[in-house]
Amino acid sequence: MSTPTTAAGHAPTAAWKEWILTTDHKRIGVLYLIGAMAAFGVAGIMALIIRAEQMQLGMQIVTSGTQYNSFLYFHGAAMILAFLIPGLTGFAANYFLPLMIGARDVAFPRINAFSVWLFYFAIALALVSFVIPDAPDIMWTGYPPYSVTTAGNTAFYVFTVHLLGFSSILGAVNFLVTVIYMRAPGMGWNQLNMFVWTTVAAFVLQLIFIPVLAAAVTLLLFDKYLGTHFYDPSAGGDVLLYQNLFWFYSHPAVYVIFLPAVGILFDIIATMSKNRVFNYKAAVYVGIWGTVGIAGIVWIHHLYISGMPDWIRLGHMVTTLLISVPVGILTLSLWGTLYKGAITYNTAMMYAASCLYLILIGGLTGIPLALPSMTLHLSETSYVHAHFHFIMALFSAFALFGGIYYWFPKMTGRYADGPLATVSFWLNFVGVNVTFWPLFIIGKEGMPRRYWDYEMFKDVQVMGFYFEDFHKVATIGAFTIALGMLLQTINFVYAAFAGKPAPTNPWNSKSLEWTHTVSPPGPGNFGDTDVVVDENWSPYEYSK
Amino acid sequence: MRKLLSAMTGLAGGMILSSQALAQELRNPAAEWEHLWDEVMLDITVIGVVMTIAALVMLFKYRATSPDQVGTAKKLTTVQSISFALIPASIFMADDFYLAANGWTVWNAYRRVPENAMEVKVTAYQWYFEFEFEDGTLADGSDFQAVKLPSDQPVVFRMTSEDVLHSFGLPHYRVKEDIMPGRITYIWINTKEEQTNAVLQCAEFCGDQHSKMSNPIHVVPREEFDGWLAEIAAEG
Repeated sequence: MSTPTTAAGHAPTAAWKEWILTTDHKRIGVLYLIGAMAAFGVAGIMALIIRAEQMQLGMQIVTSGTQYNSFLYFHGAAMILAFLIPGLTGFAANYFLPLMIGARDVAFPRINAFSVWLFYFAIALALVSFVIPDAPDIMWTGYPPYSVTTAGNTAFYVFTVHLLGFSSILGAVNFLVTVIYMRAPGMGWNQLNMFVWTTVAAFVLQLIFIPVLAAAVTLLLFDKYLGTHFYDPSAGGDVLLYQNLFWFYSHPAVYVIFLPAVGILFDIIATMSKNRVFNYKAAVYVGIWGTVGIAGIVWIHHLYISGMPDWIRLGHMVTTLLISVPVGILTLSLWGTLYKGAITYNTAMMYAASCLYLILIGGLTGIPLALPSMTLHLSETSYVHAHFHFIMALFSAFALFGGIYYWFPKMTGRYADGPLATVSFWLNFVGVNVTFWPLFIIGKEGMPRRYWDYEMFKDVQVMGFYFEDFHKVATIGAFTIALGMLLQTINFVYAAFAGKPAPTNPWNSKSLEWTHTVSPPGPGNFGDTDVVVDENWSPYEYSK
Repeated sequence: MRKLLSAMTGLAGGMILSSQALAQELRNPAAEWEHLWDEVMLDITVIGVVMTIAALVMLFKYRATSPDQVGTAKKLTTVQSISFALIPASIFMADDFYLAANGWTVWNAYRRVPENAMEVKVTAYQWYFEFEFEDGTLADGSDFQAVKLPSDQPVVFRMTSEDVLHSFGLPHYRVKEDIMPGRITYIWINTKEEQTNAVLQCAEFCGDQHSKMSNPIHVVPREEFDGWLAEIAAEG
């Protein structure tokens, strides 16, 4: 009996070993996706507990305010740091960026593998915080002095941020080198996919700003466990220092999420409309890089009520309002890409179309929040909570799910479209509106964020209804999303193994990941011949 | 010509006088907030409706009729590309600066404390507020009891914290500001209108009982306020 061998004559490696030890960017991408979806699931359950608790006055579900706060902490930290950022810059960038530029892998495959395992260690560390007696009960922002004086274990927060930050910095260097040096011969900068541009921008932001966050939380760690006083005013420190450092990173972090989501959206819409990206150069150089340019000079709008000097609050009012210029240009390009298109509808395009609505609501409701005078009232209310969910959570998550449907045939050789996909899309879309519109309305009347009870408002009525009524509607919406997400997950797992087989280029795209590879692409991506493009090639050229 | 000049100087002089008169007038930030809110809502609703209609029309109109059909949008010329960036950018910036100017005006109403304002010192603790009035009387807010303010004088709160971050949130007056150890922050409110339905709430995360850090704020006639102050002074 002969042992089966590979072409090179080695004994085949066990499948699990191949996945654990892989340095292939596509498998690493899938590992990121699995981790991100797991984090999404757990953080989603936290969201349901939060909504169920707010459904009625008083305390019903959680056993203490501190427990409620732990759930809030986990929901926020996990959704941002372990779902959205790894889902977009981990999964989507890993799997598709090298394919889109015609590279056989990333520049440093082993460092790439190290990045994904750092991410897994961070998730494991975050999950351990559920089984220790003193779970972190700070918010994802970790503001001192509370994060220093609390009995909760702030160290878990700091080390999770360190691991994820280290992972992201390595990823950023890796992908920037890959895009700069490993593009297919002949591929100029103005021929890149929008997703490649937005991801490059996101990685530039990560590289510049993550060290600031790492410094901020490290000083927090020193204050809490080593007795330093960086943030302690009684010994000459300053509490506002942390907030400035934290938001100096965390506002750009919004664009680390937002930009790749916009990039996915461009690629879906251009492909499904069989149309060129409208005003490509303006979208890239004004839209994307304008957003990067302005990212580091608007953070005070997170500190409008923090007691910063008046002059800087007014200065950042102007810079914050000017975000509308690059984001407006990106929006016009998205809209213009539909113009005179030939649009085919499928689940990916339905998600993309809904994103056009989500970006409008999320973007426009941010305009009052750019004005400090408006924010003096709206800050820390459920209005803010609804605003950033629309623009960051819903828009970016919908773009990511659209992207998964779009690239599903590439990753598995099968379609994920079907009745289950359609039903779950509509449940999700209706659910997010039912959840977050009521929060806009009561937020404007003063409903605070991060409250497990709102007894002081029990007699306040808006449009003839009590706050409690609005919370009930929002909770129904949250459970609608939960059902949608559950069906969608079942759909993904089912379709991966038993979905309808798809051809190599099911959407007739012009982008390299569809035209030059099989589905799923094997090791080395492009078979025996290297990809070469000419100066007339474009991923969006359909009319020739 | 001379007439025109004198008319112009007269007009300018009148404007300076009237703006001085405006400066002395007691402003009502909460009312100005509502006005600005309506203005901003109108602004974003118009943009939102136009963009939504444009998207819906295109999503409907440009559906592919056959699988082989491709888009027919022409490549923009350089002039078109630049125009499609500069013109929208100018429109967005015009709107931005308009909103910024209006926002700044309302901001001044919030931040310029009237000279005759009554000062109340607020100290925040986990999880209650403590109020110190000008005569030194202390009102402890830990039992959720109402805090009374006089209706004949605007009130300025000078605030600090003894432990963690808190925030002094008054949705009724459309204002809040954080309270922190080591610094003093302030807000003022126009209390011309008597009311018994305003709520003070903590609006910056401060731990276990964050949701329970609240007091009703009543604005009452001067006599009632004085009576209440004497009462808590006697208790204290």
